[in-house]
Amino acid sequence: MSMLEIDKVSKLYKSGTFGGGLKAALRQVSFNIERGEVVSLIGESGSGKSTLGKIILRLVPPSAGCVRFEGADITQMKGRALHEYYRYVQGVFQDPFSSYNPLYKVDRVFDMVHQEFFPHLSGDEWAARVGSALEAVTLNPGDVFNKFPHQLSGGQQQRVLVARALLLDVKLLIADEIISMLDASTRVDVLNMLVGLKKRGLGILFITHDLSLGNYISDRTVILRNGTIAEMGLTPLVFGNPRHSYTVSLLKAVPQLHKKWEDIDIDELLAAELDREAPALAPRGPESRRYSKSSLAPARQARAKDILPQGEQGPRPSLMDLPGAPWQRKMSSPRLAKLLLSQPPPELVEVEEGHFVAVEG
Amino acid sequence: MSANPGPARAAGSSTPAPVATGSPGEELDELPSAAPAPQGPGERLEKGALAGAQAAPVAPTPTLAAGAPAVRLGRQRWEFLHYALRNRKLVFGFSVELVFVLAAIFGPLAAPYSSAGDSSSAGVPLKDQCAAFFCASGMTTHPSAHHLLGMTYFGGDVLSIMLYSLRETYLVGFLGALFAGIIGLALGFTAGWRGGWLDDILQLFTNVVITMPALVLLIVIGAYVKIHSPLFEGIFIGATSWPWVARAVRAQTFTLRERDFVDLARLSGKGGVSIVLKDIAPNMASYLFLVFILLFSSSMLLSVSYDFLGLGPTNVVSLGDMMNSAMLWSALNLKAWWWFIPPGAAMALIVFGLLISNIGLDEVFNPKLRES
Amino acid sequence: MSLKVDNLRITYRTLRGDVKAVDGVSFSVSDGEIMGLAGESGCGKSTLGNSLVFLEGRMRHLGGRAELDGRELPIADTRAMNEYRMRQVSLIPQYAMSALNPTRKFGKMAAELLKSRGVRFATVEEELRRRLGLVGLADNVLNLYPFELSGGMRQRATMVLSTILNPSLLIADEVTSALDVSTQRAVGEMLMEFRERGFVKSMIVITHDMSILAQIADSILVMYAGKLAEKAGSDTVVNNPLHPYTQLLLASLPEVGVRYDTSALVGIPGRPPSLLHPPAGCRFRARCPFAFEKCTEDPPFMELQPGHQVACWKAMKDAGLDIGPAVPPAAAVGEEASR
Ligand SMILES: Nc1ncnc2c1ncn2[C@@H]1O[C@H](COP(=O)(O)OP(=O)(O)O)[C@@H](O)[C@H]1O
Ligand SMILES: Nc1ncnc2c1ncn2[C@@H]1O[C@H](COP(=O)(O)OP(=O)(O)O)[C@@H](O)[C@H]1O
Ligand code: SF4
Ligand SMILES: [Mg+2]
Ligand SMILES: [Mg+2]
Repeated sequence: MSMLEIDKVSKLYKSGTFGGGLKAALRQVSFNIERGEVVSLIGESGSGKSTLGKIILRLVPPSAGCVRFEGADITQMKGRALHEYYRYVQGVFQDPFSSYNPLYKVDRVFDMVHQEFFPHLSGDEWAARVGSALEAVTLNPGDVFNKFPHQLSGGQQQRVLVARALLLDVKLLIADEIISMLDASTRVDVLNMLVGLKKRGLGILFITHDLSLGNYISDRTVILRNGTIAEMGLTPLVFGNPRHSYTVSLLKAVPQLHKKWEDIDIDELLAAELDREAPALAPRGPESRRYSKSSLAPARQARAKDILPQGEQGPRPSLMDLPGAPWQRKMSSPRLAKLLLSQPPPELVEVEEGHFVAVEG
Repeated sequence: MSANPGPARAAGSSTPAPVATGSPGEELDELPSAAPAPQGPGERLEKGALAGAQAAPVAPTPTLAAGAPAVRLGRQRWEFLHYALRNRKLVFGFSVELVFVLAAIFGPLAAPYSSAGDSSSAGVPLKDQCAAFFCASGMTTHPSAHHLLGMTYFGGDVLSIMLYSLRETYLVGFLGALFAGIIGLALGFTAGWRGGWLDDILQLFTNVVITMPALVLLIVIGAYVKIHSPLFEGIFIGATSWPWVARAVRAQTFTLRERDFVDLARLSGKGGVSIVLKDIAPNMASYLFLVFILLFSSSMLLSVSYDFLGLGPTNVVSLGDMMNSAMLWSALNLKAWWWFIPPGAAMALIVFGLLISNIGLDEVFNPKLRES
Repeated sequence: MSLKVDNLRITYRTLRGDVKAVDGVSFSVSDGEIMGLAGESGCGKSTLGNSLVFLEGRMRHLGGRAELDGRELPIADTRAMNEYRMRQVSLIPQYAMSALNPTRKFGKMAAELLKSRGVRFATVEEELRRRLGLVGLADNVLNLYPFELSGGMRQRATMVLSTILNPSLLIADEVTSALDVSTQRAVGEMLMEFRERGFVKSMIVITHDMSILAQIADSILVMYAGKLAEKAGSDTVVNNPLHPYTQLLLASLPEVGVRYDTSALVGIPGRPPSLLHPPAGCRFRARCPFAFEKCTEDPPFMELQPGHQVACWKAMKDAGLDIGPAVPPAAAVGEEASR
């Protein structure tokens, strides 16, 4: 049994200017995380990475599907069970500054854990534990105690949050883009610290949009695109031999020091970007060449035809385009929800051992 | 502007928060402008960054409405005071208020004519004043050395009556603000934190109360029960003016709820009540303070207008009652300006002072509006 | 010569004293050049960029001048600068993307902005639409609210709007930082295309991410703690950096294909000094692995190779220059005090 099993998790959000539409942030996503494994979850913004992270952390309920931690379905947990769950699964978020209540000193993040999880420990015992947790994240207690969050650097802030998680008997850490807001020079330190924790047996779900960062640290990689898995497998396989065009485009977009973008084709890249942008926008003008999505439009309509049930066809674009666009507000929410949830994601095919790629329709 | 402002998230948008690439330490403890603020649609005062793009290149600063944690601890609070004392609007508004509050508290003690005295009808119920009309001389008197603000038709010393009235008006204003605040906060926090169906129901309730014509209601109620205490008037005002507080608090809670530190508190096993009280409410403190000031001035205005229409408590005199009796006894025709101008002017000044300090506070809390 | 900045000094007035965010900075940007401005956050990059367009409340111009196309920019005079803003020099401020007023439609906001520059919206509307189309945005973005646009779209719309009057210089502050890799690339390529099409003559692209600059910039200027550390062509900076700070910055970048078990990356220990009381001598000294006695003196920003300027004693020594004896620390302190 895997430590964490994500089983056909879907999530619909209300969307559109007046909340009239629905957006499928995740569609039947399934994968497992083993004990002590580092899995990187990679995708562009809006692909549903944070949503999945929050579902695992029970901060957001899934619309369908379930998540099992050591066999127990966490989506139904309440009260004590949930409290206990948080002992083993913790998260650190993207924006270090926003993770702290600006009114309180940094120490409060530790105090909350003390109150809620270790009320029996005396102040001294607790201080010793906090000291060793800080040591694990290579922080000097003097640098962080009794300070306000804004007096710490971004890297320090993130490390304090990781230390907070280590105070619990954490087995899985959800690290949601925890280094994307840091300076390049501090990024590496936080990254190396995670490597250190991994070596001590901590399982990590490392969420990022930068494939090279995922490659640096993870054992397995899951590429998320528009809420579905595009490709997944052992990191060396996915990274060294990407099979899905989306993975390829993500890889090519990573800015490199010694290799110019020009050497890399941009077309599929933009196709990917445009695909997830607001659908209400049509291309215009003959001049719009590289940023245009005109080449995409027909294909999308074709797809829409296959997806929508008989009688519902019309000028509607693809399924992913439905939410937010003015024409789809007429569709009632429950029906749309059912429709969205019933759509199976692209099938995953094992192209080599431990390497799965989605094949579209 | 700030090396590390909090991310501003546009609602419904999928974009990640801006990269606040930063070491937020530095001199930043000096800069409240570096404080993060949750921002949502309609809650920013700035004219749009692009307008700022060339005109005022400023990072999204927290705005008050966005629940800026303006009153921070330590140095932040000190800086807050620094700006507060230098803000002329605030100093002016607070001075005006201070004068009136002192007058309301100590005035009755120092009133030249006690309410029990023969020559005064201060503090005497209106109906008794009417009775007095038949026996008294029926002469109003110009302001004089004896009666600084003159006398009413019934021989009451206007200054003394006013000092008593001020107290009643402040009391009702305070009670009204208090009740409206309590109801508004409770419902706003509940709706904002719980969301879902509870939110829908509370929203519905709020809208019902908003559409209720308070004045008509008061007249109807007045037909059945005798409104005779300021407490009742305060409760009534509170019970009819909380909806906008609830709405504002709900919206604020919605934005603050999205902040990561709330998620972190949940991951730390904290319950909803604790999170609302310890994490969300304090971050709106400056905003709530402003809300209370606005409530205070609006409930005073309301109480004065109810009293003026004769719908207020019967056994006390307020500024509204004074104007009401001045009107009833044709002070306008008698050209007895000293009878109605002072209470009217006092009311106007009190409300004006509160509004001005509100603007001043806004500027102090909101670095962006601070005069440099 | 498009932009020429000479010994520019900008501070922030705070209650605790002046923050010397830009401390004696001189450089130039030629016509058609995209100059990258790099450095960790808090080094004064945004301050430098902002000061060339708008001195906000707390900022003070202490000295130095800036010249654009042969005319001096009246940077200390916010009113006189009005004439130059957007027409001659345009700024996309840091966080602009997330600071768009959510209650204004993009078109309305554009019209207001142009009006404040004394330009009638109608006169540029057609060109605006054409350019929006060029970057793949349909007309109707003008009728959309910012939150209806994705991050990449907002950034593109912002860029089109700020260059609509064809300014001579565009200062783009961290325009790629909040974006994911593929949008970063699209925005980066757009910047280059804008220059090719002549929408702007030259650009200063501010970012803390050197790898973006390696992609799009012609030259890179590295700033550290309010001072210039190194300037050279981007290939030179990337392949042959002379300043220890630049070298460490580059070494900390995770390159594609690197894994922790094969080659671990290293960051730069410590953090930039507070600019309230910057340390005497070389400001990088506390973090520099090569620091030696001479470094207690302020290193001059010197051209060591044609087109390659560096402010570092070690680099000067390596280049075979005579840097003279180290001033004993006491004397250096005295000198500091006498200033
Ligand atoms: N609270 C929310 N309400 C409505 N839509 C949301 C919400 N959170 C996320 N979304 C939508 O879900 C999609 C996935 O978002 P997210 O999980 O944050 O993606 P990522 O982390 O990969 O950038 C986006 O299109 C976003 O607009
Ligand atoms: N409004 C301000 N008031 C005071 N100090 C400021 C202000 N904005 C920035 N600073 C300080 O000026 C220095 C340079 O900041 P900035 O130009 O934003 O750096 P960068 O853009 O390189 O991150 C930092 O030390 C920062 O703390
Ligand atoms: S001058 Fe000295 S301290 Fe400064 S960068 Fe060069 S070697 Fe390092
Ligand atoms: Mg995310
Ligand atoms: Mg900056």
